[in-house]
Amino acid sequence: MPAHETGPEKHKAPAAPQYVITAENLTKTYGDVIAVDGISFSVPAGESFGLLGPNGAGKSTTMKMIGGVSQRTSGNLTIMGLDPEQNGPEVRAHLGVVPQQDNLDEELKVRDNLLVYGRYFGLPMSYLKPKADELLEFAQLTDKAKSKVDALSGGMKRRLTIARSLINEPRILLLDEPTTGLDPQARHILWDRLFRLKEQGVTLILTTHYMDEAEQLCDRLIVVDKGRIMAEGSPAALIRDYSTREVLELRFGSERNASIGAELEGIGERLETLPDRVLIYTHDGEAALEEVSGRGLRPLTSLVRRSSLEDVFLRLTGRSLVD
Amino acid sequence: MTEPSPRMPAARPATAVSADSTTVGRTLRAHPPEVSAARARRWGAFYYAEQVLRVMKGYGWSIFLYSVGQPAAYLFAMGVGLATLVDTNAVSAFGGVSYIAFIAPALLVSAAVMTAGTEFTFPVMDGFKWRRVYYGPHASPLTPEQIAAGQIIAVTLRFLLQSVIYFVIVALFGASPSGWGWGSVLVATLAGLSFGLPLMAYAASIKEDKGQFAMVMRFIVMPLFLFSGTFFPLDTLPVLVRWIGWISPIWHGTELGRVMTFGYEESPVLTIIHVVFLLALAWFGWVLTKRQFVRRMGQ
Repeated sequence: MPAHETGPEKHKAPAAPQYVITAENLTKTYGDVIAVDGISFSVPAGESFGLLGPNGAGKSTTMKMIGGVSQRTSGNLTIMGLDPEQNGPEVRAHLGVVPQQDNLDEELKVRDNLLVYGRYFGLPMSYLKPKADELLEFAQLTDKAKSKVDALSGGMKRRLTIARSLINEPRILLLDEPTTGLDPQARHILWDRLFRLKEQGVTLILTTHYMDEAEQLCDRLIVVDKGRIMAEGSPAALIRDYSTREVLELRFGSERNASIGAELEGIGERLETLPDRVLIYTHDGEAALEEVSGRGLRPLTSLVRRSSLEDVFLRLTGRSLVD
Repeated sequence: MTEPSPRMPAARPATAVSADSTTVGRTLRAHPPEVSAARARRWGAFYYAEQVLRVMKGYGWSIFLYSVGQPAAYLFAMGVGLATLVDTNAVSAFGGVSYIAFIAPALLVSAAVMTAGTEFTFPVMDGFKWRRVYYGPHASPLTPEQIAAGQIIAVTLRFLLQSVIYFVIVALFGASPSGWGWGSVLVATLAGLSFGLPLMAYAASIKEDKGQFAMVMRFIVMPLFLFSGTFFPLDTLPVLVRWIGWISPIWHGTELGRVMTFGYEESPVLTIIHVVFLLALAWFGWVLTKRQFVRRMGQ
């Protein structure tokens, strides 16, 4: 019910913080399970910050704590200088949130979803009606304004969820796996929309297990595994620090991939044997491929490519990002 | 609200600053987060109630027909059909009024309780699990308590509306002779809440639907409906089952409703007990509901 005598109308906005988000030793446990294990990071205003890691790494849990909807077990966390547990409504008023699972109101029409959501921020209809139209335009859903939500495709629902998260003009947008489950075209449309927001100076915090998404959208990211930060930096710096410039991918067939390792010894800087292929990390992929041929080895397929965050993750954890 | 928006350029003419979220100069501006948070803290429950009412509007016709059709059918069948037998045989058994006047407040209260049986069960499951509708507002400045309260406010309005319609029909049947009859609308609403809020707390605690709600309707609502002095005075039942009435919000509501609609004679102490029982149960249900919502959404 309403009221809280400590009228936050009088609540002083904190002096412009250097960082919009700071986490120190943030920890969350569910019973015996440690979901987030003492992670620390800070995000300056306007940065696009990513949490990259496999499913179950603790990314979503971290996002929920930042979003002020999940209580941390220990550590410190501030959003715009406010503790989300002390000032939940104030923190959440600053944010736009795109959850992993869409939770649109399927019984309401597309446009009404935006209006209703805006009301939760106490925004008046005189603002909400034109704003909803503007956001539908932004999300390329104008002609669906009067449709029911369940008539939308997965990509459209995702864009509507993003439009909804922008109704209060947040300066911080939390995106939990924004493009998981979308087809490539839908993903590219979404990336484009997110990129425009970034250009407008909105701070983006996103989780993903797609390295291409992280490379496209993130200025800086942390690689998370089992609730811990494995590495931190820009996508380029992480690749430079944890991988080589190029990668030679060889497939010898599932029978031989494992046994061929010894014969490839000495080529490139590092060798990684996966069930379906062998990866040779090197500064010059073509030269490495020639050396492979020179040793009389005939792979079924070969591919020279640039290193990606996938390689960084593999190096850090010994595991693939997407199972 | 007249807080000037800090984000608005200082050079704007004074008249443009009167609104904090506005379309000034064709540039849309939301009011600052501090204002959102302050408004949500104050009015959040009503904001959520607005959402629930919008959804209800989508099936408004079925609510209306349910509110009108069911009482009309019961009143006609029981109050006109059965009453012709009952009234000629036992005039004095029903507090000195016609049978239809005797059962009208009971049906009014029972209808609210049955509505509570649907409004405080499936939508709660929908909120937490099926379509997760609570988690949208949960990410906004609203708190879990406010989401629960908002749903309760909306359902309370439904109780009121449905009871008013019901009461008008009862009055048209001439079954509410007392001038205080309208008070039964409030009684029915209170009875709906006193049954509904503990049920809401229970619904919020369910992680998996294994048909619990159908069981509630069959094994709790129906027996309460039949053994709460609805169609005959409670003291005509054997002592062994009379306790069902004593713990039943339907009985307490019905007796209270009878006091309102035809000045049913009972001890004033009993009247006070009815009110206190209904209020206490509703309050108890609200405390449990609030706790469940906060716990489940804060994980």
